[in-house]
Amino acid sequence: MLSYLQRLGAVSISMFERLGRGSLFFVNIVFSVPSVIVRPRLLIAQMHSVGVLSFSLIVISGLFVGMVLALQGFYTLSDFGAEGMLGVMVSASLIRELGPVVTALLFAGRAGSALTAEIGLMKATEQISGMEMMAVDPVKRIMAPRFLAGLISMPLLATIFSAVGIVGGYFIGVGLLGIDEGGFWAQMQAKIDFSEDVMNGLIKSVVFGWVVTWIAIFEGYDAIPTSEGVGRATTRTVVHSAFAILLLDFILTALMFGDI
Amino acid sequence: MHISRSIEVLVGFFVAIGFVAMFFLSMEVSNLSNVGGEEGYDVKANFENIGSLKVRAPVSMAGVNIGRVKAIDFDPESFEAVVTMNIEAQYNQLPLDTNASILTAGLLGEQFIGLEPGGEEDVLVNGSEIELTQSALVLEQIIGQFLFNSASKE
Repeated sequence: MLSYLQRLGAVSISMFERLGRGSLFFVNIVFSVPSVIVRPRLLIAQMHSVGVLSFSLIVISGLFVGMVLALQGFYTLSDFGAEGMLGVMVSASLIRELGPVVTALLFAGRAGSALTAEIGLMKATEQISGMEMMAVDPVKRIMAPRFLAGLISMPLLATIFSAVGIVGGYFIGVGLLGIDEGGFWAQMQAKIDFSEDVMNGLIKSVVFGWVVTWIAIFEGYDAIPTSEGVGRATTRTVVHSAFAILLLDFILTALMFGDI
Repeated sequence: MHISRSIEVLVGFFVAIGFVAMFFLSMEVSNLSNVGGEEGYDVKANFENIGSLKVRAPVSMAGVNIGRVKAIDFDPESFEAVVTMNIEAQYNQLPLDTNASILTAGLLGEQFIGLEPGGEEDVLVNGSEIELTQSALVLEQIIGQFLFNSASKE
C-alpha cells in the first residue's frame, strides 16, 4: 500500500519537475529570440525544414479534406433543400476547426517529430555539449530559430490548408454536384465573419504552433541521449502534441464561440 | 552557416503563398470586402415585435443590401424594440417616410429589415427615426389566429 503511494508520489513529482523544466526552457527560448532576429539566416534555414517541407503534405491534405467535406455535407444538406449552404458549411468548418486542428496534428507528425529527432540526435552525438564547450549558446543557436520558425510556419500552413480546402470544396460542390456558383460564394461571404471566424482560426493556429514546437524542442532537448531515448522522445512529441492540441482546441473553442 | 539561394527562394515562396491564402480567406470567403469601414449613418426605428432579428442582420432595399443592424434595444416606456440601423454613406437619398418591415429570407432563413421608399423630399440623415414600421411575422401567432378564425366560423 505504502509502496503504491510512494510510486504515485514519485510519478507526480517527476511530472511536475518536467513541466517546470519545460517552462524554464520556454522562458529561456523567449529571451533568446532577439538573437535570432539579428541573424535571420538561421531562421530562414529552419523555415525551410519546418514550413516548406510540410507544404505539400498540407496542400494535399487540405484539398482532400475540403472535397470530402463537400461530398458529405451535400448528402445531409440536400435533404433540407439547402444545397446553397454547402459553401458556408465547408468554409466555416475549415476556418474555425479543421484548418487549425488538422494542420497542427499533421504539423506535429511531420515537423514536430523531425525537430525532436534532430535535436535529440545532436544531444546523443554530443554536438550540443560541444557547442557549450565553444561558448556558443545552443538555446540561441539551435532552439530559438526552430521555435520561431514553427511559430511563424504554423499559422501560414493552417491558412493555406483552409484556403485550399475551400477551393477543393468548390470543385466538388460547383463542378461535380452542380451547385450554383454565385450562391456558393455569396452565402459564404454573408455568413463568414472576418473577426469572428478568420481571426479566431488564426489565433488558434498560432497557439497550436506555439505548443507543438515547444513540446517538440523540449522533448528533443530533454531526451535520454541514446538511440532508444531519442526514439521514445519522438513518440512522446507526437502523442503529447496531439493531446495538447485537442485539449487547447476545446478550451479555445469554448472561449471563442461558446458564449461562456 | 551558408544557405543556398534556392532555399531562400522556397521560403519566400512559402511565406508569399501563406499571405495569398490569408488574403483569399479575408476577401473572398469572409465579409471583410463588404464591410467598408464603420462609415455611414444611423437610423432608428421602433418595432412592436422584432421576432428573432439579430445584430448584424442585413438591411435591404429592393433586395439590395444597403446596411446592417447595429444595435437592438428595448424602450421601457413604450415597451417597443428600438432597432438602430447603420446605412452605408452612399445611400443617402432615402425619403423621410421610408417604411421599414422585418422580413424573413425563405421559410427557415434569417430575418432582415426591408426598407420601402416613401415619397417625401426630405431624406433620412444620421439620427432620424423611421416612423412607419411593420413588425416581424411570428409564425406561431399566425397559426394561432388561423385556428381561432376557423373555429369561430363553425
